[in-house]
Amino acid sequence: MWDVYYLLNKVNTLNSKFKIAIASGKGGTGKTFVSTNLFNVLQKRNHDIALVDCDAEEPNVGEFLSGELRKSIEVTQKVPVINTDKCTYCGKCQAYCNYNAIFFLKEPKMIRVLEELCHGCGACSVACQYDAIREKDFGLGLVSRYAVSENSALVEARMNVGVYSPVSVIKQAVKEASGSELVIMDSPPGTSCPFIQTVAAADYVVLVTEPTPFGVSDLMQSVETLKSMVKLCGVIINRAGLGNDDIYEYLKLENIPLLMSIPFDKEIAVCYSNGKLLTNLNSEWETKFYHLFNTIIEQYANSHN
Amino acid sequence: MQIAIISGKGGTGKSSISAAFATLQNEVVLADCDVDAANLYLLFNPVCDEEYTFISGQKAVLDAHKCNNCGLCVDYCRFDAITTKNGVITISETLCDGCHLCSRICPVEAIEMINEDKSRMYSGYFPNGRMVYGRLAPGEENSGRLVNLVREKAKQVAKESGIETIIIDGPPGIGCPVLSTITGVDSVVIVTEPTLSGLHDLKRTIELISGFKLSANVIINKCDINSDMTSGIEDYCSQNSVPVIGKLPFDPLIVEAMVNCQSITDYAPDSDISKLIQIAYSRIFTA
Repeated sequence: MWDVYYLLNKVNTLNSKFKIAIASGKGGTGKTFVSTNLFNVLQKRNHDIALVDCDAEEPNVGEFLSGELRKSIEVTQKVPVINTDKCTYCGKCQAYCNYNAIFFLKEPKMIRVLEELCHGCGACSVACQYDAIREKDFGLGLVSRYAVSENSALVEARMNVGVYSPVSVIKQAVKEASGSELVIMDSPPGTSCPFIQTVAAADYVVLVTEPTPFGVSDLMQSVETLKSMVKLCGVIINRAGLGNDDIYEYLKLENIPLLMSIPFDKEIAVCYSNGKLLTNLNSEWETKFYHLFNTIIEQYANSHN
Repeated sequence: MQIAIISGKGGTGKSSISAAFATLQNEVVLADCDVDAANLYLLFNPVCDEEYTFISGQKAVLDAHKCNNCGLCVDYCRFDAITTKNGVITISETLCDGCHLCSRICPVEAIEMINEDKSRMYSGYFPNGRMVYGRLAPGEENSGRLVNLVREKAKQVAKESGIETIIIDGPPGIGCPVLSTITGVDSVVIVTEPTLSGLHDLKRTIELISGFKLSANVIINKCDINSDMTSGIEDYCSQNSVPVIGKLPFDPLIVEAMVNCQSITDYAPDSDISKLIQIAYSRIFTA
């Protein structure tokens, strides 16, 4: 195997920061298990590293890692406030709103902002010619930075309950981690906007899946999406031994590297359920996770030769 | 009666349990509202007679020939989607939110809004009744609106065919598509698992549904992985007056059933796990 520091140096000359996203189409395949353990073996080796929990709807990384809170940023967006004294009920703001967030009636005169539908684009303010629209801040969530060790940090994106989209909170969290040399992003599940926002920032995407028909189907959708985004990816099969072999055939057919197999094992499941890190309890897995990192770096370096 | 199966955390077994509930009866409408990762059609292979295009939103597209690179759009865009590189304007498809503002303010009309039209909704038949499902194309948004369409269609189909029960397989999380899934249903079943993450997400889900008028029940899946955590979840549920209607042990039969494209209750009707699911289902109506 190549010297990882040599490779890292090489990667760093290509790209000063290296960002890995851990993602999956299907939920509950083990993304957080992989991202927390990968982070753990790297922070123990004193890498300058941040783990970003981008699953802002259900952030769970904080249950596996503890750190000292260093910074909290409230993420907000603008929403319009309409001054009905100045409003002439012309309806132009409603026509400009592409999200149906302004309810408007000409007769009888009525105008309302549906704050939960507003995306904060500002089009209504541009539309209004009577200076009747002001904007106020609307809370979407919180980005918190915790120091795990001297060189490593956990950045958590946490969307407020009742907010419609986690995308703004995710973007802010990724920005907050951008000072670290290595960044691992625990992605939300699926292939819609929250996933896209997370992997768009990544140099390499690790897809975690299961050898079941649902797992294969969701993996295929993730792979197609990443292809269209021209992202390098590899696969980790979790709960190997359950299900069937279709997934291995798919990986061969698509020429996608299998980075690691995690067997279905009660010890691993119990360890995870208690919020413990396997790489702290089992030296064999500690080595395997460090090897996983080397494999990722090696593949990235090779693809840029 | 509309019953939605949801969970904060993904992979707790929502779809397996929805499939089992749907095949416990002869006449049902099954609506797969996990439009981001629709899976139930893989199990039931429905024969679909209707297909609809769902316009999920719009994206701004720049005509470089018309653009004079004035940069006005860059100033107006609040999604950081428009940038100038070496004096040339580009719009990022990934970052564009589809608000239409750049296109409206462009002095030379160089920006056009294009519909995103790759998402679909399907309606058809499966052995236990009717099935409606949506598939959101990768990277498209507004999954909540697609969920609304699937639910409207499911209601219409139920009415037309005189079917009383609608089983809804929901998406994970607590965001927009989940709100659309549970709005107006009679009952939700939250599927969780005895892990710290499972409990954390269950708390957020119970907080979310507290604003809705509906009956809620919990199923603890893979309950034997951590019995202390299972008791912790039971305590939390009883404090919040949410009944636990089933505790299902981990059983490889569930995966075997999936590999054989069947629900667990069809694949192994006499197994202990199927009986536990049947009991849980009947408790929705009595709990």
